[in-house]
Amino acid sequence: MSSSSSNKYSILLPTYNEVQNLPIIIWLLVKHMNESGHPYEIIIIDDGSPDGTLEAAEQLQKIYGSDKILLRPREKKLGLGTAYIHGIKHATGNFIIIMDADLSHHPKFISEFIEKQKTGDYDVVTGTRYVGTGGVHGWDFKRKLVSRGANLLTQILLRPGVSDLTGSFRLYKKDVLETLIKSCVSKGYVFQMEMIIRAREKNYTIGEVPITFVDRVYGESKLGGSEIVQFALALLYMFATT
Amino acid sequence: MTKLMEWVLAAGALGAIWLALLTNTVENSLVKDHFKLLLLSPIIFVVLFGLFSLALVLYRVFTFNNCDEAAVELQKEILEAKEDLKRLGFKFKE
Ligand SMILES: Nc1nc2c(ncn2[C@@H]2O[C@H](COP(=O)(O)OP(=O)(O)OP(=O)(O)O)[C@@H](O)[C@H]2O)c(=O)[nH]1
Ligand SMILES: [Mg+2]
Repeated sequence: MSSSSSNKYSILLPTYNEVQNLPIIIWLLVKHMNESGHPYEIIIIDDGSPDGTLEAAEQLQKIYGSDKILLRPREKKLGLGTAYIHGIKHATGNFIIIMDADLSHHPKFISEFIEKQKTGDYDVVTGTRYVGTGGVHGWDFKRKLVSRGANLLTQILLRPGVSDLTGSFRLYKKDVLETLIKSCVSKGYVFQMEMIIRAREKNYTIGEVPITFVDRVYGESKLGGSEIVQFALALLYMFATT
Repeated sequence: MTKLMEWVLAAGALGAIWLALLTNTVENSLVKDHFKLLLLSPIIFVVLFGLFSLALVLYRVFTFNNCDEAAVELQKEILEAKEDLKRLGFKFKE
């Protein structure tokens, strides 16, 4: 590892009420990143979770060291998009990995993302639940139907060349992520879709790695019916403007 | 060019061809023999496309990988992580 040793990976972990998941995800991250040997740091961006997520994060920082675990909390819940921006500001790596802290995204895939990135010097590598060995656990028929239907509709209307648009387990070159975030207008759940569409628009190269997605074990799911409406509006917006 | 523009252009081009055939601007015996089919062809096309999409979505729903092993493995890792973290002095919130 001569040429790659200068790479550093900053893992952004936005949390809101993840007190049960955070210690597990950190433990898994440290385990897999240490095994892979890549230099890394984990940046936890907690938005004033009332359940004590930040206290758990502080304990973890003591255990694993403040060079590995960085805490960049904010006062109140300000949303995912700005959480990433906030996290990037403090990131020292040249690559950024974004993932959910709710154990849906398994850290074991990160080394596959990194290897994939190297094979084609990709600007973005995104996890995909829809091809190859990828998949989901814990979804009922209805959720699968909505997900597959929305995905096909998006493929037909936008032809993005990427199979999973709404996934949020990705690796970005740092400057690419900064540029993309700046060009995104949407908030919340559809933000991930806009990010990847903008990446295509700007001719960034995108690689894909199949991932397994295990629905959250602990904590509240924030997915509701309004997400479908949000998604449809965002899709039409992208259709008409990109 | 936006995706919307692409769709409008493609639909416009196909529509123009369809209208030209229909109004016999292009003389063609085949059109005379199958006029009704030609008249209904846009609807037929849309319906077929819809049915194909529906079948594709259903196929993909039923073949959606369930990742049962990944879930089982995660459960094991959660237990392992908790034990190890306790050993390292982490205090879990009850
Ligand atoms: N800092 C911060 N993190 C957030 C915010 N909203 C969600 N998160 C975190 O972002 C990640 C993804 O959010 P989720 O609630 O899992 O969203 P989801 O995956 O679409 O839906 P479910 O897993 O079904 O709840 C998790 O790690 C959350 O804790 C926020 O406003 N601020
Ligand atoms: Mg989640």
